[in-house]
Order: sequence, then C-alpha cells, then structure tokens
Amino acid sequence: MFVIKRFIAIFIARNREFFRDRAALTWNLAFPVLLIVGFSIVFSGDSRNQLKVGLLNESSVPQSLSSIKYTEFLFYQDQNDAQNKVAQHQLDLLLDWKNKIYWINDTSPNGFLAENVIQNHTPKLKKESISGEPIRYIDWVIPGILGMNIMFSCLFGVGYVIVRYRKSGVLKRLNATPITAFEFIAAQIVSRLIIVTSISVVIFLSTWWTIGFMVKGSLLLLLLILVLGTLCLIALGLMIASRSQSEELTGGLLNFASWPMMFLSGVWFSLEGSPEIIQFIAQWLPLTHFVNATRAIMTEGASFMSVLDNILALILMTSIFFILSAFSFNWGKSR
Amino acid sequence: MTDALIVNQLTKSFADVKAVAEISFCVPKGTCFGLLGPNGAGKTTTLEILEGILEADSGSVEFPLLKSKQSLQSHIGIQFQETALQDHLKVNEALIMFADLYGTRANIDNLIELCSLRSYLDRDTKKLSGGQRQRLLLALALLHNPEIIFLDEPTTGLDPQSRRNFWELVQSIKSHGKTLILTTHYMDEAHQLCDEIAVIDNGKIIAQGVPSKLIEQNFDGSLIRLPITALNNDQELPFEKVVYHQEHFEIVTKNIDADLKKLLSSNVSLDGLHIHTPNLEDLFIKLTGHELRA
Repeated sequence: MFVIKRFIAIFIARNREFFRDRAALTWNLAFPVLLIVGFSIVFSGDSRNQLKVGLLNESSVPQSLSSIKYTEFLFYQDQNDAQNKVAQHQLDLLLDWKNKIYWINDTSPNGFLAENVIQNHTPKLKKESISGEPIRYIDWVIPGILGMNIMFSCLFGVGYVIVRYRKSGVLKRLNATPITAFEFIAAQIVSRLIIVTSISVVIFLSTWWTIGFMVKGSLLLLLLILVLGTLCLIALGLMIASRSQSEELTGGLLNFASWPMMFLSGVWFSLEGSPEIIQFIAQWLPLTHFVNATRAIMTEGASFMSVLDNILALILMTSIFFILSAFSFNWGKSR
Repeated sequence: MTDALIVNQLTKSFADVKAVAEISFCVPKGTCFGLLGPNGAGKTTTLEILEGILEADSGSVEFPLLKSKQSLQSHIGIQFQETALQDHLKVNEALIMFADLYGTRANIDNLIELCSLRSYLDRDTKKLSGGQRQRLLLALALLHNPEIIFLDEPTTGLDPQSRRNFWELVQSIKSHGKTLILTTHYMDEAHQLCDEIAVIDNGKIIAQGVPSKLIEQNFDGSLIRLPITALNNDQELPFEKVVYHQEHFEIVTKNIDADLKKLLSSNVSLDGLHIHTPNLEDLFIKLTGHELRA
C-alpha cells in the first residue's frame, strides 16, 4: 500500500537537502547559464570552416564532384527535409545531381560560396532559391546544453545520492521503518524531477529573454519533453545506483553512461553523415531523443506528432529503467 | 514472566566464516538483555538477524508479543551501530520525518523531554555532539512506542559523562516496561544495564546468565594483592593458597575483612594493598583466554 505521508516525509527531506546546500544550488544554476552565455559569445556567427553540400537521392559523391576540397557532402532522401535545412542555413547548398538542379538560400554567405564552388565544377546546373531564417549555432546548440545539464543533474544527483545514502547507513535506517522501496524511490524521483524541471525552466527563460535564441514551437510541448527526458534520465541514474555500495564504482558507471551521450546524442555536433553504427547506437541513448525532440520543436516548430517517435522512445526507456531499478534496489542489507 | 523474544539455534555464515553458530536465548518482557563480546564476535550479525535485516541460514526468531496484523518494524525500535541521517536536516525535522514514516507524531514531545533534545531542536543533526546524536537516534527509535528496542553498541566513542547520561536514559526507558536488547563491548555498561547477558565469542555463546551469578559461578572470591616487600624473610602466611609473583603475592578471599585481620595479626604491612573484585571483564578473559577488545 502506498502511504502518501511517508512519501511526503522523504520528499521534503530530499528537497531540504538540495535547497539548503547553497553552493551546489548556485552551481546548478550558474553552470548552464555560463555555458550558454559563453557559447553565445564564441559562436555568435557561423564558425564552420567547411561548406556543407547536400546530395539528393545519391548514395555516394559523383565522380565530377569528388575533387572538391573543404566541402562536406551529406546524403538526403527526403527533399523537404533537405530543403528545410537549406532554408535554415544548416545546409549551404542542396544538389539534385541527376536532374541537374541545386537549391540555395540567397541570404546565406556560405550558400554563395558553395554555389561558386559547385558551378566551377559543373556549370550546367539549374538554380532554385529557397528563403528562410538562418539557424545560428547557438540556436542549434541550446537544446544540447540544456539536455547535457539535465543529464548530469539527473544521473549524478540521483545516482550519487542513493549510493551515499546506502554507504552512510541512511538507507539501512530508513529500511527499519515501515517505508517501502517504492515510496522511497517515488519520493526521490518526484523531488529530482521538480528540482531539475524548475531549474531548467529558469535557465531556459532567463537565457531566452537575455540572449534571444530561436523558439518556433510550442512551449507546452517543450515542457512535456523536458519532463519525459528528465524522468528517463532519473530512472537511468536510479538503475545504475540500485545496488552499488561504492561511490567510485558508481562514479565510473555514471561516466560510462554520460560520456557516450555527450558525444553521440547530438549535444555539440550533428550526427548527420556519421557512420550508421554510430547513428544506431545514438538511437538507444535517452539524451538523443530529448535533444532531437527539443531541437525540432525549437528550430523547426515541430508538432506533437512530429516528435511522437522521440516521446515513445523516452517512455519505453523510462519504463525499462524503472522496472530494472525497482527489481534490483538494495537497501544496503549486505555486510 | 512472558517472553518478548525467543531465539532458537540461529546460524549465519559469510563465505567461509561462521559469524553466528547455533545461538539460542529468551528475553523476558521488560528486561534488558546484553550481547557481549569483542569486535567481530558476531553480536551485530545476531542483532541484525533479530531485527529482520539479515536472514539466518538456519534457526528461528519469535516475537510472542507481536500482534497478528502488526509489522515487525512497528513492533521493534532500532538504534544501529553506524547510522546516518539525510544532510541538512535539523533535529526537529528529523523527529517529524521519522514520526511520519511510522505514522504517528504523538510521542514527539515526550521524547524531546525524555532524551533532553529541547535545547538544540533547531540544530543541524550533523552539528550534534556524540552524546546528543546518540540521544536523538534513540528518540527516533522510540517514536512509534515499540515493545522491543535494539541498541547496537550505543555508547561506542562517547566520553564517560555522555555514557553515564545515556545509561540513565536507558534505565528510564526500561522502567517504562520496555524490553531492551543491547550489544556492547563495555563490560561496565553491561553490568549497569543488563538483567541477563550472553557472552559471545567466535559466533558462539560461551556463557549466559545474570551478571552477578555468572561472576559468582566462575570466581572463588575477591583478590587481595600486596607487594612482596610487605613480607618478612621466609614468612609463612596463614592461608591455604598464596600465589607468589616477582613483585607481589595474591590471596583469593571470600571474606575480605577476616582475611585482612589475619594479615595484620601476622605482622604483614598493608602498604600497597590492592583488592580486586572480579567483574565481567575478568569473566570474559577467563572464559575466552583473551582480552575483551582483542
């Protein structure tokens, strides 16, 4: 039987622990803000040093283009998707090699350069213009930074705390009371969910108003993704910490989970054009779905249905992580 | 007297080490039972089996006073040897949190008085002294008014005054009819608090009973010790058995007054006299052949 009074008792204690640790609270707020401000200054322009050319319905670079230097070729099967990227300056030029047509955004400086490079190699191409608001790197990277901050806050904020409780005997003492594992875990989850969600909303709104990044989609949908992504990462942290008594081992396991997400979930750079195996692995990482959905909503104005795949993936992973952590949870009985 | 706890043939091993070996005892309601032994003797393992934290390999634990729909957690109160509370929690907040976990705040005020917590209710639990902390932990163990209270080495690391204050507190709880199970490696503590003790060594009970009776059974009387210089040359003493050492000699006596008079009448100087009455520590050394904290 779930007793709400016991749940609230642990929930309040956990919140007090977090909010009374002033240094940790300040750092939790300051770190992501500093990161976003830093990125907005450093990447205020588009700092890419390579041109990006999309090839429509191709699987390899045509022979006549293969000698072009300083240009990255990306392959697209979906014309709308690729044209959207040209509109947003994510692609400098889109080329349909078979039909000898290319598309550029006339307001993109890199589009102008790419057009000249391509025309030098194949002058008989037909030009089509696309217009759209450019996405700066800061617009693109904001979902990644928020996601990364949420990931660390959930994994380490839950994982380390549980192991510390177990190691110091807090869990053992609580287990001598009538509280159930489910009530205890639920209190930890809800506490961390509220903390991370509130902090993320504060960071998002404050940097949105001060720096001004692109938000095309629904704020409510963003909040839904924020809650689902946070829950999923908390569940992952709980699963990692469900048995261990060692802070060192748990630290290693949390790093093992967080670092692949840092690099493979599209936090800092796009995985477009990366090997299939990398893209396959990325689909199994919760942060990928959080970042992809958030980025799509913010930069493309994606609807609920457009990010439904990400939502379902997050719900599925959350369920798996919770079930595994509930079954393997250890109060610290072993001597 | 009704038994509050019946332990029968408990056994527990960790890998190749037998931590608890066929331990049996009964604890009558309203008494204090002490499990004594050196570090690593198996006291805490035994206690954790009784508390339901560890499972025994074999044997049984019965709580005859446990009501049919009552959970073990609500029947017993536990003060662990090593325990911690969440960080940044004040004393009054810890009391309320644990009271809510047990489902009743009714005893908080009484326990604040009983455990003398009033003057530092607003203090962070991490900033309490050793004695204050142990009193708080005991209060937390009593919040739900349990029938049986387990105290695992509750005064380890405390200064002598804090230990004595804690003993008074335990006596007061006992006077309310509660049953106490105490582990300690302090023999004076056991002597002060326990109605009955079991001495454990290497996982086995090697002696069990009322402390004073156990001492009586194992020792012939008190020991009179005098320096060897108190004797005149080759002086014969009017006692059946005198044990001579290099620096001193010892006489075991059942009547200290009479034997001291005998020594005086034999012109033996009582300068440097030392009389030692056997205690639980002596009993332990006699039974196990090694020091208590070995």
